[in-house]
Amino acid sequence: MSTILPPTDVIWWKVPVDKSEGIWVSLALLWCLFMFAMMPIWHVYGNQNLSNEAYRTHPEVFQAKVDAMVAAHEVRRETQWNVPVVKPPVGSDVYMLGKKWQWYPALELKKDESYRLHLSSMDWQHGFSVQPININAQILPGYESVMTITPNQTGEFTIICNEYCGAGHHFMTSKIYVTE
Amino acid sequence: MSSTKSLFRTDPGSGLFFNKSAETLMKVNAITAVVFLLIGGILASLVTATRMPTLHTLPTAEFYQALTAHGIDMLIVFIIFFEMAVLYFASSTLLRARIAAPRWGWVQYILMMVGALMTNYAILKGNSSVMMTSYVPMPAEPLFYLGLILFAVGALIGCFIFFGTLVIAKEEKTYEGSVPLIVFGATVAAIIAVFTIASGAIILIPTFFWSIGVISNIDPLMYRVIWWALGHSSQQINVAAHITIWYMVAGLLFGAKPMSEKVSRMAFLLYILFLQLASAHHILVDPGVSSTWKIFNTSYAMYLAVLASMIHGLTVPGSIEVAQRMKGLNNGLFTWLQKAPWGNPVFSSMFISLVGFGFLGGISGVVMGVEQINLIIHNTIYVPGHFHATVVLGTTMAFMSATYFLLPTLFGREIFMAPLAKLQPYLFGLGMAGFAVFMMGAGTMGVARRHWDMAFTGAPYAFEYPAIAYTLMGLTGIFAAMAIVGGALFCIIAVGTLLFGKKVDSKVGFMGFRGADSYTTERPPLLERAPADTVSHKNIGIGGFVAPGTFILALAFLATFVLYYFVNWKYLSSVWGLS
Ligand code: HEM
Ligand SMILES: [Cu+2]
Ligand SMILES: [Cu+2]
Repeated sequence: MSTILPPTDVIWWKVPVDKSEGIWVSLALLWCLFMFAMMPIWHVYGNQNLSNEAYRTHPEVFQAKVDAMVAAHEVRRETQWNVPVVKPPVGSDVYMLGKKWQWYPALELKKDESYRLHLSSMDWQHGFSVQPININAQILPGYESVMTITPNQTGEFTIICNEYCGAGHHFMTSKIYVTE
Repeated sequence: MSSTKSLFRTDPGSGLFFNKSAETLMKVNAITAVVFLLIGGILASLVTATRMPTLHTLPTAEFYQALTAHGIDMLIVFIIFFEMAVLYFASSTLLRARIAAPRWGWVQYILMMVGALMTNYAILKGNSSVMMTSYVPMPAEPLFYLGLILFAVGALIGCFIFFGTLVIAKEEKTYEGSVPLIVFGATVAAIIAVFTIASGAIILIPTFFWSIGVISNIDPLMYRVIWWALGHSSQQINVAAHITIWYMVAGLLFGAKPMSEKVSRMAFLLYILFLQLASAHHILVDPGVSSTWKIFNTSYAMYLAVLASMIHGLTVPGSIEVAQRMKGLNNGLFTWLQKAPWGNPVFSSMFISLVGFGFLGGISGVVMGVEQINLIIHNTIYVPGHFHATVVLGTTMAFMSATYFLLPTLFGREIFMAPLAKLQPYLFGLGMAGFAVFMMGAGTMGVARRHWDMAFTGAPYAFEYPAIAYTLMGLTGIFAAMAIVGGALFCIIAVGTLLFGKKVDSKVGFMGFRGADSYTTERPPLLERAPADTVSHKNIGIGGFVAPGTFILALAFLATFVLYYFVNWKYLSSVWGLS
């Protein structure tokens, strides 16, 4: 019963390790180091990395940027909530805000073009989640994060909220339309 | 209390020594834990029924309320009360020492109880449905945070009693040589607990002051980083605790020895050394933290804590294999495993815990903790899928295993409805495994966690998940139902044993408590070193491997791991470019 008894050997740390254990520890260590290396490697060679660009901001400041973009590039309004759909120039800075309980506005982007997407929250924490491709990011009030997105397929994508934000959590949807 | 006044009894079945004060504390903490498991289980059934698209039982507010309470009552209250019992057992019983400061043990218990009730009361009132993570600036009532703080202070006292008891054992020379491996494991758990509770204090005390208006603002990012130093590290306590129980069961049922004291203890130490900023893997897609920081810390510093779990994953079954082979079950690769006591719930619960934790919880956790892969998993229902595999299949089932052992030993009553107890681990284990796997599946389809309505009724833009996501959520519910029946059965068996189980001797009283006549003032004899092996390692195993079967199983584990890891990278590489 010696897992529950003091070790048999007085100098137990000098007892040699068995082969099954020794080989396993080495294999596991190699695998762990490999997995560790994969993350920096993907930053160099991979196409899906979250940028480190983020700024401190205030809800009013961010709201003003969103409003300016909507005023300049709105193409139509949709749904009973009268959501503006914005078609920003290719390569431009695009803004989207999360608030209780809406993502605002909706976007129309071009396939295989890049956009600098700015995200922030007006109140509590929200989860920016693009479906059905399932890309997810945490959105915090007071922080403006910027990620460069390059949609690689056309179609309609829905943004949902996947950070619990109160009773209307499941109302938070918006769209990203990707066209040729 | 002087040592001469301490009372002890020997349990004839296991040969363990129980100090009276410690025994009572173990009992009240363990019983309280099971009561909260029951409450958490009732809440789990409501939450699960609501998440099943066809049932959708609770209204919105009640769903989030029940979910908040389920998380807190299970992960915090049930688990930590049980861990208190484990700490008292590991220090006092295993080292044959009187417990340090037994009165403080009652302070521990009462503070934790008051704290748990306070937080539950706040949730019940309805203004604190903030989930157990209580991310600011979503506010909860002051009592919500205060309850958690009191609870944590209680737990901290429990840790110090544990350390004090270790000191007493050392000073009064109750054991020979170094402490047993599992006391070492419990010590690791307790050290991590101190770090965890300190992080909890750093974040929850200011949050409490914020909730009563003394502090005007708490930075949400800072909150997340420090909250997860509490939230993650507490999972590391659970891991250390349940691995300790695995080793204990290996020792108690098989007479197993650690394959190597050195390797197992080093692996435990790695948990402490590489714990510090493990909170990173909860912040992988947060703004304001650099990739360098994320990469270094997500894997708890270069995956070295993962390495530790992979080592225990081999050494625990390996030690059982060696013990079985030495007993003569030396044929073939897996005879030792076939001949294991599968009908004994102590063993079956422990083994399901081991396999479930490794294959389901461990692999999924490492994969979603990759900085980039987290982008396609964060906050989906994959996440609760993962942690039910770790904390329910892993920790909870290990605690169930320990309970089956303690019912006769500590409480002095034979298991009530023993045939059902044989079945219970399989029912619960299979239910939980299916539940976890199907939730992970639904998560890869994008289904959100903590979400009342996957149909988005009333939202400006309608969105429909693929049909398969609905099927997976339905299956999740069906397997959850199986786990709930298994969990209920466990509670019935545990409580039934206390009330109706056959007494092992005439001195056992109500609920397994004992009068003073069970104890003597005589000090238990010295705890001696484990006897040397009677069979040489050279005479067992195959091809120079003492545990060839376990080694093959470990390779199968590694192959699964590698495969699943790359499948996820492949999937990631197909989504939109992000930079
Ligand atoms: C039969 C047993 C159980 C079932 C059926 C069950 C079911 C569930 C379900 C359906 C969720 C909600 C997922 C979501 O919508 O986000 C959940 C959340 C959770 N469960 Fe369980 N559970 C069980 C046991 C446990 C146990 C034993 C623990 C801990 C020891 C636990 C800890 C949690 C935690 C921490 C959450 C997350 C709460 C949150 O998001 O804040 N569960 N569970
Ligand atoms: Cu939300
Ligand atoms: Cu964690």
